[in-house]
Amino acid sequence: MDLLIPEVGTLIWMLIAAGIVFFILVKWGFPMITDMVDRRSDYIDKSLEAAKKATERLEGIQTECDALLKETRAEKARILKEATDRREEIIAEAENRAKEAGEKIIADAREQIRQEKEEAMRGLRRQVAELSVQVAEKVVLKQLEGDEDQLQMIDRMIDDVKAGK
Amino acid sequence: MLAILTLLLAFIPVMARDAASVDVKEIIFGHLKDSYEWHLFSTNSKDYIIDLPVILYSRESGWHFFMSDKLQEDGCYDGFHITHEGAHAGKLVETLPDGTELKPLDLSLTKVALGVIINCLLLCIIIMCTARWYRHHKETDAAPRGFVGLIEYVVAMIVDDVIKPSVGREYRRYAPLLLTLFFFILISNIMGLIPIFPAGANVTGNIAVTLFLAMITFFTVNVFGNREYWKEILWPDVPIFLKAPIPLLPFIEIIGIFTKPFALTVRLFANMTAGHAIILALTCVIFITANMGPLIGVPMTGLSVFFMVFMNCLELLVAYIQAYVFTMLSAVFIGLSRPEHHEAKKTKEITNN
Repeated sequence: MDLLIPEVGTLIWMLIAAGIVFFILVKWGFPMITDMVDRRSDYIDKSLEAAKKATERLEGIQTECDALLKETRAEKARILKEATDRREEIIAEAENRAKEAGEKIIADAREQIRQEKEEAMRGLRRQVAELSVQVAEKVVLKQLEGDEDQLQMIDRMIDDVKAGK
Repeated sequence: MLAILTLLLAFIPVMARDAASVDVKEIIFGHLKDSYEWHLFSTNSKDYIIDLPVILYSRESGWHFFMSDKLQEDGCYDGFHITHEGAHAGKLVETLPDGTELKPLDLSLTKVALGVIINCLLLCIIIMCTARWYRHHKETDAAPRGFVGLIEYVVAMIVDDVIKPSVGREYRRYAPLLLTLFFFILISNIMGLIPIFPAGANVTGNIAVTLFLAMITFFTVNVFGNREYWKEILWPDVPIFLKAPIPLLPFIEIIGIFTKPFALTVRLFANMTAGHAIILALTCVIFITANMGPLIGVPMTGLSVFFMVFMNCLELLVAYIQAYVFTMLSAVFIGLSRPEHHEAKKTKEITNN
């Protein structure tokens, strides 16, 4: 029975010892631990959230990259096609120009030939005229001296002209 | 291992043959009850005892202070003696000149009181060392390992499994107190199971200690109980004839205020006392059967050792369970003292829908 009766002395010792220790632990001991546990679990939650967001963003970036790559490929193809077209255009243009230039040169040459020919013809005509005038002069001069002699002289002069030529 | 123990213990009968018949009741109660000195162990010729201070205050003769070794011879000193009968059996009483016995105010640092101090210091060291680790670390650091990790694990488990669901929304405010109760009970229970000094005092098997622990819960519940709690006690939500003119239900509720800590007190005390008593009884089996000769003694000793190992494992479990149960019930009582009337109604509506 005496086991069931709480002893006052024990209660008082308990009040002193446990009271002080409980006060210390309640005030400075356990809050330290529970706070840290709470803060750490908050931190873990936040980290998980951040990781989730980062993964999502990474996935976004991946799709963006894919889209960009696709676009770039299309652009490349377009540029290449354009370049080919342009090349052909340039070549065609160059060919045309070359043709035109050749034709112009040929035309110029022909014109020059024609002009020189005309010049030559003009020179020849003038010479023939001069010769004719000279011949006529000489013929006229001989007629004035005698018939025979005049005829001989004309022959001679024609020969001279022929020879002089 | 068991076989070796059995063999070793088989020799005890030879040594104990001459001993007087074993008084099992005396042995068991001697271990369960508080004492003025701390008995470590005995050899054939000598008892090894730690003397503890005896502090008494008598209305007749004032303060008395002496060491417990003065009581060694016959339990008498300075007009005081240890009585063996009545309500104060095992305690010091003063014999007055007229022959009547008077119980003085006994403030002796008894075995249990010293045990309380040792357990408190141990608890303080364990928890403050753990807290120290947190003072030097940030939440971004890696979680602690080893001993600090173990304590943190237990703390987190008690908070998440017991305190949070039982107390409710305001659990943060009560968590340190409930954790302190849990760890004090757990450490005291385990220390009670270790038979070697400085452990070995039957702290949680002492009703004064468990009463003190229950009183902490009692005061926490009734001091911090909110208006809703007191309304439920004094004017509960029941048909009017149950509370007026005869306050039948309030009366029951008010009794309930006191039965709750009483149940806490007795549950922890009874569990620990019973466990210790069983282990001690099993130990006594060795010494009883030793007197019956080796034919009975040796196998019974083996059996006793086997059961003692089993019981100690069970008691280790009980040590944890009782700490857990005490904390959980305290948490539930605190939770009940802070009901959230409107929220409870809302939840009901939601469940009804």
